[in-house]
Amino acid sequence: MPIVELRDVSAGYADEIILKDINFSVNPFDFIGIIGPNGGGKTTLVKLILGLLKPLRGEIIWQENGNRVPIGYLPQSTDNDRQFPVTVNEIVLSGLMSQKRFTGRYTGKDRKRVRNVLELMGIGHLGNRNIGGLSGGQMQRVFLGRAIVSEPQLLILDEPNTFVDNSFEHDLYELLKELNSKMAILMVSHDVGTITSYVKTIACVNRNLHYHQSNIITQSQLESYNCPIQLITHGQVPHTVLGDHIHSDDHIHSDGHNHNHDKNHKH
Amino acid sequence: MIEQLTGLIGYQFFNNALLAALLASIACGIIGSYIVIKRMVFISGGITHASFGGIGIAYFLGLNPVLGAAVFSILAALGIEWTSIKSNVREDSAIGILWSFGMAIGIIFIFMTPGYAPNLMSYLFGSILTVSVTDLWLIGILAVALIIIFTAFYHLILFVAYDEEYARSHKAPVNLIKYLMISLVALTIVLNIRLVGIILVISFLTIPQSTANIFTKRFNYIIILSIVFGIVGSVGGLFLSYFYNIPSGATIIFAFVVIFILSKLLKMTMVKISLRKQFNN
Repeated sequence: MPIVELRDVSAGYADEIILKDINFSVNPFDFIGIIGPNGGGKTTLVKLILGLLKPLRGEIIWQENGNRVPIGYLPQSTDNDRQFPVTVNEIVLSGLMSQKRFTGRYTGKDRKRVRNVLELMGIGHLGNRNIGGLSGGQMQRVFLGRAIVSEPQLLILDEPNTFVDNSFEHDLYELLKELNSKMAILMVSHDVGTITSYVKTIACVNRNLHYHQSNIITQSQLESYNCPIQLITHGQVPHTVLGDHIHSDDHIHSDGHNHNHDKNHKH
Repeated sequence: MIEQLTGLIGYQFFNNALLAALLASIACGIIGSYIVIKRMVFISGGITHASFGGIGIAYFLGLNPVLGAAVFSILAALGIEWTSIKSNVREDSAIGILWSFGMAIGIIFIFMTPGYAPNLMSYLFGSILTVSVTDLWLIGILAVALIIIFTAFYHLILFVAYDEEYARSHKAPVNLIKYLMISLVALTIVLNIRLVGIILVISFLTIPQSTANIFTKRFNYIIILSIVFGIVGSVGGLFLSYFYNIPSGATIIFAFVVIFILSKLLKMTMVKISLRKQFNN
């Protein structure tokens, strides 16, 4: 039974339709990569699921008593007011707000959970720091901590690799793999090559949504999904991003690799 | 000097003024900290000036001007908040329109009111020395209400103020909190207009808070410190205004700014000393 189901959903802002007749469902323990061109509706889809945007048409059905399940959310932008007087601990604690029914009566146990999460993020020493002095990457780890501290049923990440440095990026994806044994994960990314080696399935979003039941995707499939994004990085020697980012000896990736090479030769 | 001071304390009007300064410092210390961290100073200026429209209409209809100001400013505040939640109107332009429109309405209605509008100047510049017992009760009740609300919902208020979108995704009562806060901002402004006037009220809501923010980056400490700076500045300003026979509102703000500058200098010296220590190590 899916956690949430979008049925014939259309959505947009003011007089512009961004997403049209989307059908999409998220099941427990899914790990879905959401890809698509800029302005194609990736963030709009995320906002719909978060309840920040109401659909113009269609319906969003939450299976558990019809109520939205607790969602952990890592927003794309981390440029909230940096002068705001709030500490790292307070931000991560706020991830437990809905569990506390918004009373804010945090217990010692809650604070311990926050400490553990910060350790997991590699920023255990920053707990009492004001957010003012943090770097973009540190800030994003704080927000990721806030998203997972409550161990939600669904974790939504909007471009988690924007600020994160290379050394943490690998750790981040390994961490997500681990979290995936407890929760479903939706991850929006522009870096198609990297995410395909971690996600289980792929949703291509460009006004419409095409759900791809595997994590191997080829350029021609992307084109048939009307999803004009490049798997290939343009450099001196054409190569696939997919090939570069393979961490295991997964033979499956070589398919995509070869295919892209074929395509390059045609150019 | 001491004799003069103690003699002054014996006067009922001066005791009332001191109590008013104390209560206003508490109310403004709390709500002003919220205004400063939410960067709502301009909105607050808009609400303040819009309330003058309410004062004018109340004069014209022969009603209590404070009541008129309260109704007008709360409506203006809720209107601004509603606009910002529901649509993408340029908020600062909307505030600019409201700001001047409120003043215009006030002037028109006061001009149309037959006879003489006696306390008009006191609404523009305040008169903490003629504050009534009713005024004291009203602002006292407000101060107590603010203390209760900010103690009970401290984390929720901070949560919504810091990241509204995240709070919404957690189904927090964001709109309720926002409407409640903006109404409290409007009420605080209106009740303080009697004390320091429309033109000067924004100082109570921003200067002690900015001074507090020099020394601490925690919301709860900003609140407590700005109450302290508010009391020191307003009581000090009151005495100064009495001894030099200058208007109290202006003197209080002068005292606020002096404290702010001294604090800034103190902080700069502390930073220099701390840096020097780190270099020497």
